[in-house]
Amino acid sequence: MKAQGTVHKYNDNVDTDVIIPARYLNTSDHKELASHCMEDIDKDFVKNVKQGDIIVAGMNFGCGSSREHAPIAIKASGISCVIAGTFARIFYRNAINIGLAILECEEAAREIQNGDEVAVDFDTGEITDITTGKSYHAEPFPEFIKDIISKGGLLNSLKA
Amino acid sequence: MGMTMSQKILAKHAGLDSVREGQLIRAKLDMVLGNDITSPVAINEFNKAGFDKVFDREKISLVMDHFTPNKDIKAATQCKQCRDFAGKYDIKNYYDVGDMGIEHALLPEKGLIAPGELCIGADSHTCTYGALGAFSTGVGSTDMAAGMATGEAWFKVPGAIKFNLTGKLNKHVSGKDVILHIIGMIGVDGALYRSMEFVGEGLKSLSVDDRLCIANMAIEAGAKNGIFEADELTEAYVKERTDRPYQIFKPDPDAVYQKTYDIDLSTIKQTVSFPHLPENAKTVDEIKEDIKIDQAVIGSCTNGRISDMRAAAEILNGKHIAKGVRCIVIPATQKVYMQCIKEGLAEIFINAGCVFSTPTCGPCLGGHMGILAAGERAISTTNRNFVGRMGHVDSEVYLASPVVAAASAIAGKITGTD
Repeated sequence: MKAQGTVHKYNDNVDTDVIIPARYLNTSDHKELASHCMEDIDKDFVKNVKQGDIIVAGMNFGCGSSREHAPIAIKASGISCVIAGTFARIFYRNAINIGLAILECEEAAREIQNGDEVAVDFDTGEITDITTGKSYHAEPFPEFIKDIISKGGLLNSLKA
Repeated sequence: MGMTMSQKILAKHAGLDSVREGQLIRAKLDMVLGNDITSPVAINEFNKAGFDKVFDREKISLVMDHFTPNKDIKAATQCKQCRDFAGKYDIKNYYDVGDMGIEHALLPEKGLIAPGELCIGADSHTCTYGALGAFSTGVGSTDMAAGMATGEAWFKVPGAIKFNLTGKLNKHVSGKDVILHIIGMIGVDGALYRSMEFVGEGLKSLSVDDRLCIANMAIEAGAKNGIFEADELTEAYVKERTDRPYQIFKPDPDAVYQKTYDIDLSTIKQTVSFPHLPENAKTVDEIKEDIKIDQAVIGSCTNGRISDMRAAAEILNGKHIAKGVRCIVIPATQKVYMQCIKEGLAEIFINAGCVFSTPTCGPCLGGHMGILAAGERAISTTNRNFVGRMGHVDSEVYLASPVVAAASAIAGKITGTD
């Protein structure tokens, strides 16, 4: 599995309240959630994001609430992958469970800039900043998690 | 190699003699929890995957607490979806307006959690139940759906940080001050992916309510769970509420902890976390500037229990809150609400100029019942002070204990007590 897109860059501790504010949690509609994605941290995100784009952020991405609405909003907005220094643990498992690709790589998270064009290979963990020509390596997922993702999420993997 | 308390509980529920950090396991669940925000997403996934039965109607809890009593038509629709699901599958622990409370106050109160049990909840503050010596952790709605269907969840076995508590808290210092101090010390990702395990002779001076408050905010340090070694206090609390058999797990003497912090409870002072992260902790005596407040919120899954109500009432008794301040007091459950009426606390709050509300998560997450306008500032006994958490993106939340919130409401600015 591969992805390529333009980077939307954020700092450390991006919490789920800014990814999708609680005032929009009275719905579980994916498109409606996506229409408010990142609203409290980046009002222009929804306007600027294109199918396949990539979010790059610092440490502890997705901290706070367990709301699955957060990875859902990101995925439904067209984002193909989130690269961060580290992820908050509930966001991490939610992303896996709903099939939103994520990679942890501190160096890439630090160096890749807003607007860069980036390509990602999930099988190898290779991250390439096409704009700067620099490559980074993230740990690919363990087999157990690859299996969940390849079957299209946790519930599909349970149906076996 | 020895195991931590958390690892022992996970091993037992995975049917294994031992587990080690980083191991991926599948474990059997004693309780699966959801609320009116996270359950609809789980129910949609449950239905979409084609499941037609739940693993155990007695081991699922659905609590309508976030946007209830229904704040708008969409919220009403979400609750209706939960109510219909609970009816269809005859879910025993379905709590709706009238008998519901804030989930993390309600489940322990109802005896639905006991030491050694394994619980997941589609709410990040599910870590609260570690106060009773259970392994309990927040997950998302898909995990909840899978848990309801199969009675199992996958876990990556966490490493742990040990908090060795000694001494005794001073007057007007509470569990809230302890956890704000700890998060200030280790940061919002200081325990990322790990367990926070609380042990030591200082435990015996911490009430169960204080422990619930401390474990509640383990997630604000990034932890997978917070857990207290169960003792006589825990057992007395649990036995009063359930006759279900349970097992107490203690850490092995050679359990591996990545770090150990020794905390003398007598050194903890009243503490406030400044916007916009819980780690921005300052002791009240470090605050030199006047920080005027527009609103005080006393309640939530962190501080909405009877001891919190009593602590706030003690400060507010015979006083009146400052002009221009709105003070919203929200007992966390119907039982706490009734107790407040019986003990005359409700009267104290109302005489002091506070509003006294039915249980709801409401203002904590900017849902309803106390939203902030641009430029407004609140002191709150809740657990998060992120950007826009309680309303407008240009509003501010300061986190504190019920004592500090009540004293601040009276003063009109952030202040502590002697």
